[in-house]
Amino acid sequence: MNNKILFLEKRGAAPAYLSFLIALLSVVFALLFGAVFLILTGHNPVDVYSLMFGGAFGSAYGLSETATKAIPLMLAGLGGSIAFKMLLWNIGAEGQLYMGAFAASYVALFHPELPIYIMLPAMFLAAVVAGGVWALVSAVPRAYLGVNETITSLLLNYVAILWVDYLVYGPWKDPKGFNFPLTAPFVEAAQLPYIGSTRIHYGLVIGLVGAVLLYFVLNRSRWGYEIRVIGESQKAAQYGGMNIRRNILLVMFLSGAFAGIAGVSEVAGITHRLQHGLSPGYGYTAIIIAWLGKLHPAAVVIVSFLFGGLLVGGYTIQTAGLPAATVSMLQGAVLFFLLGGELLNRYRIRLGFRKGGN
Amino acid sequence: MFFMVAEGLVRPAVSCITCQGDAYMTQIPLVEMRGITKRFPGVVANDNVNIEAYAGEIYALLGENGAGKSTLMNILTGLYRPDEGEIYIRGEKRVFSSPKDAIDAGIGMVHQHFKLVYPFTVAENVILGQPTSTFLDMEKVEQAIEEISQKYGLWVEPKAKIWQLGVGEQQRVEIIKMLYRGANILILDEPTAVLTPQEVRDLFATLRQMADQGCAVIFITHKLHEVMAFADKITVLRGGKSVASLKKEDTTQEELARLMVGREFSRKRIPRKPAGDETILKIENLHALNDKGRKALDGVNLELKKGEIVGIAGVAGNGQRELAEVITGLRPATEGKVWLDGRDITNRPPRQIIDAGISHVPEDRLGMGLIPNLNSIDNVALKCYRSQEVGKLLLDTACLKERAAKMVADFNVKQASLYMPVKMMSGGNLQKLLLAREISNNPRVIVAVYPVRGLDIGATEAVHELLMQEREKGTGVLMVSEDLEEIFKVADRVAVMYGGKFMGVLPVEEAEVEQIGLMMAGSPGVGGVAS
Repeated sequence: MNNKILFLEKRGAAPAYLSFLIALLSVVFALLFGAVFLILTGHNPVDVYSLMFGGAFGSAYGLSETATKAIPLMLAGLGGSIAFKMLLWNIGAEGQLYMGAFAASYVALFHPELPIYIMLPAMFLAAVVAGGVWALVSAVPRAYLGVNETITSLLLNYVAILWVDYLVYGPWKDPKGFNFPLTAPFVEAAQLPYIGSTRIHYGLVIGLVGAVLLYFVLNRSRWGYEIRVIGESQKAAQYGGMNIRRNILLVMFLSGAFAGIAGVSEVAGITHRLQHGLSPGYGYTAIIIAWLGKLHPAAVVIVSFLFGGLLVGGYTIQTAGLPAATVSMLQGAVLFFLLGGELLNRYRIRLGFRKGGN
Repeated sequence: MFFMVAEGLVRPAVSCITCQGDAYMTQIPLVEMRGITKRFPGVVANDNVNIEAYAGEIYALLGENGAGKSTLMNILTGLYRPDEGEIYIRGEKRVFSSPKDAIDAGIGMVHQHFKLVYPFTVAENVILGQPTSTFLDMEKVEQAIEEISQKYGLWVEPKAKIWQLGVGEQQRVEIIKMLYRGANILILDEPTAVLTPQEVRDLFATLRQMADQGCAVIFITHKLHEVMAFADKITVLRGGKSVASLKKEDTTQEELARLMVGREFSRKRIPRKPAGDETILKIENLHALNDKGRKALDGVNLELKKGEIVGIAGVAGNGQRELAEVITGLRPATEGKVWLDGRDITNRPPRQIIDAGISHVPEDRLGMGLIPNLNSIDNVALKCYRSQEVGKLLLDTACLKERAAKMVADFNVKQASLYMPVKMMSGGNLQKLLLAREISNNPRVIVAVYPVRGLDIGATEAVHELLMQEREKGTGVLMVSEDLEEIFKVADRVAVMYGGKFMGVLPVEEAEVEQIGLMMAGSPGVGGVAS
């Protein structure tokens, strides 16, 4: 029975560089994992990856596309991080994004007379409220009845997506749209301007400002302190006199509001109309991004650009005859290895004899 | 010892009968633990403990929290290895290197928190982890369960899912699981904690039946009346030592209470000036429920004076924790009032009670009192982060850091860095940091629950000194303690809690240990009703 065995030993405090290293390694392992599939389907992984990288970061066009894709990921990812920080499993960013887009589109389509300096703020405000309220639909039962918000927020995604589909296939369909599932284009006042001469719209600025604000709220503010304590220990939070119920509602609202902003920045910045399939799953990818960024706003911004690049690279490799879904597989693999790597944050692996008895 | 069944599935439920043959008749103890010592860093959990249990007997292991009962049983069930001492099963020396060895030797343990898979059926839970053949014959298993059920009066429906069952039934499943595995030495950890009085009677009727069939039953408890009602023999553990092994006929509830709390200790008191006359905290006919919805406080009355320390003595689980939680707003009172300086604070939210000047050193230091993964600065902020001095919307981190650094220096907290998660600190230093924070906002009243539990001598002295300093400043202190020596040393008055109320409140100088022992066992005190 005294075989040499591999076993896990609890670590004290993990060194700071370790979580960075784990995040980096999980990306590397995901790429290796993806390489196996590429080889099996008869492709050279080195070629495919360099094609992807070149497509995403190798040209001004690629870079601007990457940045554009990073915007909704960043916004929804920031929203996710704040909820996850309090151990609220809001996985409804996708639905909250759609509801934000819907509310903003309502303003743009039904009040076209508004001047731009009222139109855009009104659209953003509508999106914040719609995304936030959509998140509250799962937050209220969670706060008052203990209903699991993971399930409700996930299922509400489908409701939101189908609601938008109903509108664009039905009452809001553009009569001049050749029967495509989309609304009439927004008036110019409802379109986000581009930054300088680039093709990147001002949603990027909003995302970056949001990240800075979130950083200060979480790490420096009184409210952020409550969020951190509640996330670590509800008992301690109650003992310290914090109102957990109110914080559940506030944090979920804020989380949904960020996703709602992601929605408005898509319709106002890119499509300029509400349409079917507005988001190719940004709200879900944002969950991966939030965790890969360790819920830190700055890291979430950086990871959003990487994942934006991954998406753009995915379109590029379609020219090589590969499905863009390859990218979804890589995303999943990154999360998989990241969660596996979390183990190393808490335990170290030892080879040797386990001490018997205790 | 047990033949490995070839068809693998059904292990005979007859093992309890087999033990009748040899051990029961020849009076060799079915299980004997001799000279067991187990040390953990900083504590001796078991110190030369001896127990022996015979087939046919119900055996009680009595002791307060931390007396070493659970460690001893964890050794018997193979979870820990003793540093010294031997285990004999039916006179034969055995060494258990894993729980499996103990199970093979016929030892079965029913834990306080059941180890059941809720979506599974009773039968599926019973064969969980058992060697089986490739194909399960559930009918055979169900049949075997029904046989056991009938034999011992343990009625359960084998096809029922665990989540459909009540707590009492779940406990029966745990017992059946052990019997199915061929256990004839059954250990139950606090088996009555979750049961209603009727269920308790049913449980012990079953246990008696099992003993009559030749099993040995050991139950861990700190409830004296249960011991007197149901046990044949009793071993009292205190501070890791077995202080007495008695037959039920030869002892009384009072004697057991005395043995549990111990009688030889110095009655040295810390010198002090007399307490004030002014009442700070008044508790009137307070009622509350415990986590399970049963009555935990049943009419508590107390007046705490300015500059006074009242020690709350009693066996753990008699409502001490609930009392502290009701006073601090963490648990609602169902009836009665709490007044602070003449102001009604009953059922106010914790925030208002903190602001009114009640500090709380909770029983659960790391998890409630302190947040394990946050650093000292963030932990110090827990009670002052709302105050204007540490910032309005944004927290003034420099100010908080200064506060934390001052507390660490003033209270001699040893730590590597202010920025280290507090879970890395030792128990004594954690408690000093917690006390430092709770004292820093100049409280009117401090509610301290087991403030020195698990601390070494140096840290204990430091905590007592801090409480005395607060007393001198005029703060009222309610100190829940399981250690009479501590109460005699620090407190001005002692209130003895039993069954959710005070059996008596009397000045420490006039208190006799025997009298307190009696009150802990549930006899109303002669020293007067709560003032």
